[in-house]
Amino acid sequence: MNTSLSDKQIQHLYWRTGFGITSNELKTTRKFTKNQIIDRLFLENQKASPLHMNFGALSKSPKNLSREERKEARKLRIQKMNELNFLWFSRLLNTDQILREKMTLFFHDHFAVRLRTPRACIHLNNVIRKHALGNFGDMLIEVSKSPAMLLFLNNRQNRKDHPNENFARELMELFTLGRDNKYNENDIKEAARAFTGWNFNKEGQFIVKKNHHDYGEKTLLGRTGNFTGEDILKILLEEKQTALYITQKLYSYLVNETIDKNRVEKLAKVFYDSNYNLEILLREILSSNWFYDSKNIGNKIKSPIELMVGLSRTFHIQYEDPKVLLYLQRKLNQILFFPPNVAGWTGGKAWIDNSTLMLRLKLASVTLNSGVIEWQDENDNPENKMMRQEMNKAVKSKFQKKVKATPDWKRFLTSIEQKGKSNLISFILQPELSEMARGVVSQLNEDDTKNFIIELLSLPEYQLC
Amino acid sequence: MERRDFLKQSVFASGMALIPSFIKGMEFLSPEQLSGYRNVIIIQLSGGNDGLNTIIPISNDIYHNSRPSIAKKEVQTLKITNDLAFNDYLKAIKELYDLGEVSIINNVGYPNPSRSHFRSTDIWQTASDTNEYLSTGWVGRYLDANCQHPYQAIEVDNSLSLAMKGNLMNGIAVPDPNQLHKTTREPFFKNLVANTQKEMLDEDNQGYLYKTMLETYSSASYIYETSKIYTTNTEYPRNPFAKNLKTIADFIISGLKTRVYYSSLGGFDSHVNQLNSQDRLLKMYSESLGALVKDLKKNNRFKDTLILTFSEFGRRVRQNGSQGTDHGAANNVMIIGGSLKNAGIYNELPDLNDLDDNGDIKYTIDFRSIYATILNNWLEINDQNILNTNFKKLEFI
Repeated sequence: MNTSLSDKQIQHLYWRTGFGITSNELKTTRKFTKNQIIDRLFLENQKASPLHMNFGALSKSPKNLSREERKEARKLRIQKMNELNFLWFSRLLNTDQILREKMTLFFHDHFAVRLRTPRACIHLNNVIRKHALGNFGDMLIEVSKSPAMLLFLNNRQNRKDHPNENFARELMELFTLGRDNKYNENDIKEAARAFTGWNFNKEGQFIVKKNHHDYGEKTLLGRTGNFTGEDILKILLEEKQTALYITQKLYSYLVNETIDKNRVEKLAKVFYDSNYNLEILLREILSSNWFYDSKNIGNKIKSPIELMVGLSRTFHIQYEDPKVLLYLQRKLNQILFFPPNVAGWTGGKAWIDNSTLMLRLKLASVTLNSGVIEWQDENDNPENKMMRQEMNKAVKSKFQKKVKATPDWKRFLTSIEQKGKSNLISFILQPELSEMARGVVSQLNEDDTKNFIIELLSLPEYQLC
Repeated sequence: MERRDFLKQSVFASGMALIPSFIKGMEFLSPEQLSGYRNVIIIQLSGGNDGLNTIIPISNDIYHNSRPSIAKKEVQTLKITNDLAFNDYLKAIKELYDLGEVSIINNVGYPNPSRSHFRSTDIWQTASDTNEYLSTGWVGRYLDANCQHPYQAIEVDNSLSLAMKGNLMNGIAVPDPNQLHKTTREPFFKNLVANTQKEMLDEDNQGYLYKTMLETYSSASYIYETSKIYTTNTEYPRNPFAKNLKTIADFIISGLKTRVYYSSLGGFDSHVNQLNSQDRLLKMYSESLGALVKDLKKNNRFKDTLILTFSEFGRRVRQNGSQGTDHGAANNVMIIGGSLKNAGIYNELPDLNDLDDNGDIKYTIDFRSIYATILNNWLEINDQNILNTNFKKLEFI
């Protein structure tokens, strides 16, 4: 199985486990065999480095604040959430640890939390990052005990006398077994009792409030005992269904939205037998032959983050104004640290509606060429052409002021190896060109490499990876 | 110029030639067809509007006692009955009410209410149960089952709400028909679309992207060309919400073959100093809606229009510590229309003696019953196909 990969297959690997690949990286990677490439990938991603942020006045306990200070703190929290968003986005743009960040994104969506408390959010994000290539069970336990999760799913209100089922329900439905698998309403009620009293203190440390905890007997999935919250998590991890559910979700994230049932069952067994070791599962997927089948290449709709980060990394785009990035995330319906609800982003075709699609198609021209696609209609008369050029000029200066994004064209253009049409197409676009795209591309003039590339990036094909 | 003459002169004479060939036939309505073409306008008051200070149980002591500093006094209201009154910023709505063009439905909600804005908005928009996560909206499923074109459901806003997303088809988000048209005039995309035919497209993601692009193009041109037919001269208040309603009026009166329009007014999350903020928004809502109805009446389209106004939840009965209210549960819903069967107060007032564990109003009417009624009685289609359950139909239309 120690074969070499084609350029397209290497690009595939790097799009799915990261955000695409630059020409220089491709040149280096090409020298290695498949297994060597995968080994390098895990080596580069070995150590997790957390995100850091200074919270300033937010570190004070809200109880000691005056009314005015509290108001200020509210404002500051919103500001810090935006900073946090930009902090992670910058990490995604600049990191060498693409696989770890990509898996952090996966679990950011899996353990979706939507809060306005920046300290809790950065903490959860770092917990996920730490375990992203490690053990899923450890991640589950630490996430469940994190202030962010305790806050978001109301476990602080979960008390012996008034159980709150919110966390117990989502735990089974979204985090472990998957909706309507194996558990029923009664299991949720019983599990909720086991999590009563789970809370955190002023320092954000996990605690169990003994007088709120229900020490009585509970029955979960046919087992009975004086279960604690940890016991519930262990029982859920002992269920093979949990391994299957996580594997399915990861398969559709990395490989194909259409699930190959037999294949996923085999993978789930490997995952379960490894005691939920994510690296082992990932290696199993990435070193397979089927991962590189043409039917798995170029068929996935990029998430807005994949699209923006991928484009920015390829062209080394610098963003002067973080607000622009926030604006684009909002318009494209994926704001980091702000999933729509506990179920995370729907993904796939749901990314696309008429307004998001048009913006997505325009994204390359907006960030790389100040909003202009310099397409000339052959049939246009000279007057129209001139008018268009004037219009483009006006559009450009307007966009330049607004978007404030600077690509490094020189670096990109000097790094690409061959500037021929078909080489550029194969490097920029993952799927095979559609009939429509072929029609348009055949009319394009590749002499102006820069424009030709912007045109390729404006094709619907670039929305796929 | 009369609408009819304008049609003859502009569209039939010259305009048609400019409409791209992929718009098959004449997909706008002639004046004869226009009358009787029913539509629904759905308005979401985002953030959770406090229904109790909108339509006020003015004689109820519990109301006054629970809200010592934010309860409305009788002089600050417009009387409906001895027990009920409109917030006095709802003057235009009150006038419609007196004409028998408003139906107020109390205690609308659903079992196990969610008090999260996002979750509860999703529940209202997808018409799901609390513990059910759907990725399609109820209007989207209506498009899937009953429509041929995405523009049959238009959201006058920047992005498309989940309510408008179907499995096979999505509605169209149009903040401004000229803007939408402009984005599609990019020559590069135009050329690409001209190269695309439906038959060429596969069911895969790539096909889906091209299909959405094609639909955007055909809808954008259709909406742009058709909505040019009529531009209102009715005066609307100057605010973005009124501008959206004005766009909707232009669409309806121009004869767009659109069945459902969607728009929203935000800012109702009144945890702090509620009185000022809510009154200001209700005034905006009322005046804008007043202008819309006036416009539609002038053009004889109000009888074919039904306007549903809802919010993702109501607010807690008891005021909180900062002259505001926290997230609640059941709420009132307003139906406005020129052909109501049952105008007035549709059902019993909220029972403030019998609140749920959180101190919120209990629901007695499932919001999906309202959807079912609109689908079945007004749009005359099978509501069960869309809502997946047979909800009881109401009598307001």
